[in-house]
Order: sequence, then C-alpha cells, then structure tokens
Amino acid sequence: MPDSNSQAGAYNYAYLDEQTKRMIRRAILKAVAVPGYQVPFGGREMPLPYGWGTGGIQVTAAIIGRDDTLKVIDQGADDTTNAVSIRHFFAKVADVATTTSTEQATIIQTRHRVPETPLREGQIIVFQVPIPEPLRMLEPRETETRTLHALAEYGVMQVSLYESIARHGRIAKTYNYPVMVNGRYIMSPSPIPKFDNPKLDRSPALQLYGAGREKRIYAVPPYTPVKSLDFDDHPFEVERWDECCALCGSRESFLDEVIVDDAGQRMFVCSDTDWCERRR
Amino acid sequence: MKPILSVRGLTKSFGRRVACRDVAFELWPGEVLGIVGESGSGKTTLLNCLAGRLTPDAGSVDYDSAAYGPIDVHGLSEARRRFLSRTEWGFVNQDARDGLRMGVSAGANIGERLMAVGARHYGEIRHTASEWLGRVEIEQDRLDDRPTTYSGGMRQRLQIARNLVSNPRLVFMDEPTGGLDVSVQARILDLLRSLVQTLHLSAVLVTHDLGVARLLTHRLMVMQGGRVVEDGLTDQVLDDPQHAYTQMLVASILPV
Repeated sequence: MPDSNSQAGAYNYAYLDEQTKRMIRRAILKAVAVPGYQVPFGGREMPLPYGWGTGGIQVTAAIIGRDDTLKVIDQGADDTTNAVSIRHFFAKVADVATTTSTEQATIIQTRHRVPETPLREGQIIVFQVPIPEPLRMLEPRETETRTLHALAEYGVMQVSLYESIARHGRIAKTYNYPVMVNGRYIMSPSPIPKFDNPKLDRSPALQLYGAGREKRIYAVPPYTPVKSLDFDDHPFEVERWDECCALCGSRESFLDEVIVDDAGQRMFVCSDTDWCERRR
Repeated sequence: MKPILSVRGLTKSFGRRVACRDVAFELWPGEVLGIVGESGSGKTTLLNCLAGRLTPDAGSVDYDSAAYGPIDVHGLSEARRRFLSRTEWGFVNQDARDGLRMGVSAGANIGERLMAVGARHYGEIRHTASEWLGRVEIEQDRLDDRPTTYSGGMRQRLQIARNLVSNPRLVFMDEPTGGLDVSVQARILDLLRSLVQTLHLSAVLVTHDLGVARLLTHRLMVMQGGRVVEDGLTDQVLDDPQHAYTQMLVASILPV
C-alpha cells in the first residue's frame, strides 16, 4: 500500500514494497518460533552492495514503523560511513527519528557489536550477517549442513574447537564464536567479538539476524538461553585487557587498539562510542 | 545366538544395469565375512547397501542392535541410521581420504565420534585418541599432525582407529589394503586380525585379493555379475572351489 504522506514520494514507505515486507515478516515470525533456525527468504536488491548490510536493512525495513527510534552502529560506532548512511536512509524513506543513544532506540541495527548498555524489553536488535551458516567452513555442502542441523549432529563443530586447542593451546576463535540456541540449534552470532556472546544469553531484547547475500533470516526471542560452545576443561572465556579506555577510563567495555602516529604509539578506546561519550 | 546381520533378497540396480541380484546371507557375532570377485561384480554396491549408504530396490537388511534390538536398517529414520553408523558401526574406505578429515589433526579425527555422542572433556578425548593411535601402531607424538603429513599406510591405520574408537560391533571394510605396498599391507592385515579378535568384532570385508581374504575372513562369498556364485568357509572355497568362476579366480593367483 503506497503511502502518499511519505517524504520520499515515489518510494513506498520504508523502501520495500508491502508484499516483500509481508514475506520478510513471515520469515521473521517463523525464525522467532524456531530459535536459531535459518529461514530462507526472497532477498531483494537493495541500494547498497552485498556485505554492507543488505540483510539487516531488509529486516529493519520490514519491522520499522513511524513511531520507532532507530540507532545504527558499525563496529560499535555511530559515526562510521556504513552506520551514517543506513541511518540517513531510514530517516528519509521511513520518516523515523534516529538516535545514537542505546537507551532511547527501539530498533538497533548493528554490524560486529552488541552495545555495552544492557538492552531492555521491547527493543529489537538487528544483526547484519555475512555467513549465516556456522558449519560452512567445516562442511561446504548446503544439503549436508541442513541435514546436520535437522538431526542436531554437531560433532563436527566440536571437532573444530578441539583442533583449535590442539594447535593453539586454547580456543583461538575470537569472533563469530558459535553458540547453541535454546539447546537445539547451533547458530552463528554474526561476526561480533566473543566478548559480546554473554550479552545474547537470555537477553530481554528480541534479536533478529539478516543475511542478504545468503538470503537467510534467523532469530533469538527474548530470554532465550544462548550458550557458547566449549569443553569442560577449556571453558568459554571473553577477551580481557590490561589497559582501560584512554578516553573514558572504562575497564568493562570492549576496547579497540588504535595506532595514533607513525612512531607506533597506540591507545585503547571503547569500541562503543555511545557508551564512551556518556561516561566522559 | 542370533545373527548380527541378516540379509534377504537384496537387489540393487542402476538404471538397467543390475549391480547385485537377490543376495542373501547371515553374519554371526565375531565372524568376518569376505566378499570377493572381479571389479564390477557388485561387491562395493552390496557393501553400501548393507551399511545403509545406498537404498536397495528390493530385499531387506536386518541388524541386531545392542541398543535397539533387531532393526530393519532401511526402515530406520535417517537420524537413527546415521546415529547407528557412527556408534555401533564402522566403515573403512579404500581411500583413507574419503574416511578422514584431512584438514584437522589425527587427534581430532579420532575424537570426532566421541564428540558426536557428547564427549566434552578435551583432556579425556585427547587421552583416548592418543591411546588409539598407539593401538594402531602410530607414534603418539604424531597426534597433532594432520593426516596430510601421514603416509598411505598410516592414514589407513588412522582411519581404522577413527572407526574403532566408539567400540563398534560391526565394521564394513571396502578394500582396506588396496593401493598399499605389500609390506604395509601385511602390517595392516596383522593389525586388523588382532583387533577383530581382541574386540570381538563382526566384519564384512570386500576385497579382490584372495590372499587378504584367506588371512582375515572366516567365510567367503564369491560374486560375479551381481550374483553370489559360491559361498562357504574360506579355506574350503579357496582349496576346493566348485564354481567355474571361483576355480578361475583361484587359479589366477600369481605364484610367488
């Protein structure tokens, strides 16, 4: 249904046509009903290249309404090119308020991070996912990975963790760290650092994951158990830093190491810009 | 005592080409059955039908499971059949590359079945893997090496360890010593023979090498053109072949 009040004029509200949004919403409903299961959907061409968030942007377009407040982050930052352009896109085509504040946002579209500020009930976090299949690097055949998911045959995932310990003395995977959702499906949490994995567990917010190139949507409903895989004698651990944030002094947030001059000087700063600014 | 595997009227064809026709036999616990015949006689197809990798056009394969009791292999759900094939069964391929994960270490290869059924203690998995490496006569300091760095004979022994780690009751072997040089063959045959005895395994062994059949198997089935033309005790079949094709097969062994 075209919306004559839209400022974007020739475009339908929130860019996608209503039938497409309906199809995506159906996929989202199914994904919410089967936590961690990858639901195929008819991904559309979006006005940005694959790998820049076409999956996340379609999910956001399908769920956004005029009274939503949108926050977009890329690697934790609100002010990077990708985040800024997606935020402008929705401000234009969906006529929504935007914010950089995690608390005020109703929808947060993200690439590579979960905000440090704890999410609350009623919020939706939309992840941009490049490779939705957690078993892809271990098993290239799609028919086989689907069978493995269907039969919950996840020995091979554990084999990859075993191999990591055998080679590095510890589980060396630091991002896109595989998780078990609701005790049933192994899921790729998208390339967030493993530091953020504990935030997914029993989160009060709804988590939606959109993969545009692979045309898959999956979800974790609020308060769903999300367990990072590990071994009894090599339990899951998150990254730690000896330094604190050079700007806000935070010791509990995820820090980026930034090289500041040609002499190799470096500083550690919070990757979550909203969190960092609020604390200064 | 009940047979561990009973096969009745097994028929499989690919289009108009019949690969095996009306095969029937029983395999008893602790017994090693050899299937011999020229290439193209349907040996491997038969083995794949027995192991549930191919669905036969007619006939049945009944397996006496330790966990579930008597079951019809082809009537099982895929989930149950796959579970069975990585717990109570083993499958040794001719080419070790088909049966191993070449990209991960020997330890991970051996540990995979353990992890598939829920083992989550790295130290224990590694200990078991190392033990098995020793049992198949590979130096234990090769535990963290990938199979790509192994010789052909070592890969085959690693594949055997990877299959036996879950204590299977029934092992299918497709030319386990094919393509290996004679001294390596002898070691693997020795190893298989002692493992079969100590672990009380039942096995179905496909081979075209009558020497291998003589060493390892208790009973022999001779196949030609998809049919079983003769079967009986191994020594009996090899020393006193009745069917013309078996006689030809036995006569064609090169004298050393």
